[in-house]
Amino acid sequence: MKVLWLQSGGCGGCTQSLLCHEPRPLFDELRDAGIEFVWHPALSEASGEEALAVLEDCAAGRREFDVLCVEGAMLRGPNGTGKFHLMAGNGRPLTEWVQRLAEQAKWVFTIGSCSAWGGFSASTPGNPLEACGLQYDTDTPGGLLGKGFLSRGGLPVVNIAGCPTHPGWIVDTLEKLAFDGLTASDLDEVGRPLLYAEQLVHHGCPRNEFYEFKASALKHSDLGCLMENLGCKGTQAHADCNTRAWNGAGSCLKGGYACIACTEPGFEAPGHAFQETPKLAGIPVGLPTDMPKAWFVALAALSKSATPKRVRENAVEDHTVVRPSVKKTGK
Amino acid sequence: MKRIQLGPFNRVEGDLEVGLDVDAGYVAAARVNSPLFRGFEQVLVGRPPEDALTIVPRICGICSVAQSAAAASALAALAGVTPPPNGQLASRLVLATENLADHLTHFYLFFMPDFARAAYVDRNWHSEVARRFTAQRGSAVAPWLQARARFFNLTGFLAGRWPHTLALQPGGSSKAMTAAERIRIQALLREFRAFVEGVVLGDALEAFAGLSSFDALQAWAAGRDSDFAHFLRAAGDLGLAGCGRASDRFLSYGAYELFPAGLWQPNAAVDPLETAKIAEDVSHSWLFGDKPLPPAQGETRVDADKAGAYTWCKAPRYAGQVVETGALARQLVAGQPLLRDLVERHGGSVTARIVARMVEVARIVPAMENWVRAIEPGEPFCLPAPLPDSGSAVGLVEAARGGLGHWLSVKRGRIERYQIIAPTTWNFSPRDAGGTPGALEQALVGLPAGDDAPPTVQHVVRSFDPCMVCTVH
Repeated sequence: MKVLWLQSGGCGGCTQSLLCHEPRPLFDELRDAGIEFVWHPALSEASGEEALAVLEDCAAGRREFDVLCVEGAMLRGPNGTGKFHLMAGNGRPLTEWVQRLAEQAKWVFTIGSCSAWGGFSASTPGNPLEACGLQYDTDTPGGLLGKGFLSRGGLPVVNIAGCPTHPGWIVDTLEKLAFDGLTASDLDEVGRPLLYAEQLVHHGCPRNEFYEFKASALKHSDLGCLMENLGCKGTQAHADCNTRAWNGAGSCLKGGYACIACTEPGFEAPGHAFQETPKLAGIPVGLPTDMPKAWFVALAALSKSATPKRVRENAVEDHTVVRPSVKKTGK
Repeated sequence: MKRIQLGPFNRVEGDLEVGLDVDAGYVAAARVNSPLFRGFEQVLVGRPPEDALTIVPRICGICSVAQSAAAASALAALAGVTPPPNGQLASRLVLATENLADHLTHFYLFFMPDFARAAYVDRNWHSEVARRFTAQRGSAVAPWLQARARFFNLTGFLAGRWPHTLALQPGGSSKAMTAAERIRIQALLREFRAFVEGVVLGDALEAFAGLSSFDALQAWAAGRDSDFAHFLRAAGDLGLAGCGRASDRFLSYGAYELFPAGLWQPNAAVDPLETAKIAEDVSHSWLFGDKPLPPAQGETRVDADKAGAYTWCKAPRYAGQVVETGALARQLVAGQPLLRDLVERHGGSVTARIVARMVEVARIVPAMENWVRAIEPGEPFCLPAPLPDSGSAVGLVEAARGGLGHWLSVKRGRIERYQIIAPTTWNFSPRDAGGTPGALEQALVGLPAGDDAPPTVQHVVRSFDPCMVCTVH
């Protein structure tokens, strides 16, 4: 399977994350799955005219490829010219290149939340960059390619959203396509592969015991649950970050900071400070997905009143000060 | 005279176009274009100041932690807070992990594949270099990716993930290392040391870091079977120690409390850093502005059709002069004898820049080992850092590619201005109002170019390890 990769209005971090693939080195993993890059801006030898010739052949339909991967937002400004990102050595807007190549690709993948929804470049008030995703403008269908776009393989744009994406999300989706095929039933309502987006970040969160008792962190580095005070959206964000380790052993929650829901459209402009939980009458505004508010409030009050001393005290420390008690055997 | 536009100039982080005026087979003048504008300085304005910690890492997917560190440092200065020792050490470890990984990613994935090009097939070193370093397929690529992924497991423990962590806070680190994690982190450092010593250098870190002259380095490389020795032999054959000289003024903001800040020129004493001497010129950028502005008063307003402009990059100058930043500058300002010798003999060069990164790897890994041992689990990692309603501050750090500065001001609890000068903004700046070309633009003049020229321009451009997404941001 041949993959052509382009980068536009983004940071390149999804490629850098991809290179962290484990357990096998990325190129070994892909090669043995029969997946190769036709061209990748950060990784291919071909530069300048040689690279432009590859891109032109692909865009003109003279050279076959399977998947177009696009990393970074589509910058249509200023005034629709696309001048905020012209292809180096060629002078044509990247938006034009992506449109031409998307017509030829069997499948189109967005790599990261910038190309999926527009990302930070789209979040300046008034959006002077005219930034958008490939098939979404934040959470509104449309974007560069339009709401009705279907690639030659018959699918809308596949949104491997995340800021950055986990290397496994990209590799698993490519391998799913290569070996099992990819259908609309493999994607959620906004085009994200269910193989990582049917979970919530909350699932497997190492702070779950603190969450259960609403034993909340008050300040950075506290061990407690980050939902009540420090902005955590793990109970609403679709991704498997706490069951699929980042960099061997990590996740945002394990790193001591809130999930900012970076896989969700519009995460970059939440309307409140990222690391503060907005509240109404003392109750967090963003409640867990699928949880009726009255039940949440009732259960939170009950669980707070039942919080064990150990959980309550550890929640506001940066290391365990009260250990779980040890039961004597045979009792 | 012939004008050529090189691009997409790939295997750099982000987008780059290099325009060359070629006269009789040699570069007469160069113009460097950073063709992508994303407007992060505008994104930040109006946000709560702490939001910078979430936003600025996303300027760059390869210097993400350095951006975090600069913002955290600026906010700490604004709050008047000094992180506790554990917090400082943990943040420093995360930054060093990124910087060293970037140095070797540059070497293995971005820089060396050009030596595997068919243009060098007649050289006696080519077959071995092509076997090791051919893009994506060379035998050195998988071992480096494996070592890199394992090394970044440090950030899994220390920062949750890489890139784009929120662990670096103004008050310290949001992640408090446990005693159990400290053991595993030390094991990961031993694993990385083993890779660098066994595969990259073929020698102990301390032995390599102790080389004190260019002659000693060449003697060290002779007959040695290691990836870095292969580079040194190819570079010697191609004369890269005399290739790619820029302004020979080197700026460092100082790093890790190991390398001091300052400005160094050959055969002169180090000048202390004076940030008041920094100003950005936009005369050749697609931005409004009629005079150089210090970053604390800087502006970023788009003027897309401006006559005479050829890039989105501003032209930062230090006391009105072009300077170079990066690992080479850090080591020169710090007085490292091998690099001082190399640059005093030949000026800044491709070889000097690549050697400087490797010297830094050899010097920093042992320092990281010490930092981990100095951490005391159970003691605090993070202090509260409440911010004033108004004020201004600066955060200066050294990213892998050189000095990174954030200048911010806050008014009524919101960011009023946020200006960023990244390492490659210095190195790949355009001409200023006086017509003086930027560092890379100077380094390219006189190189062979055009049809049938060797890939020397490729080596010189990539020797700076440009990060284009940071450059304009």
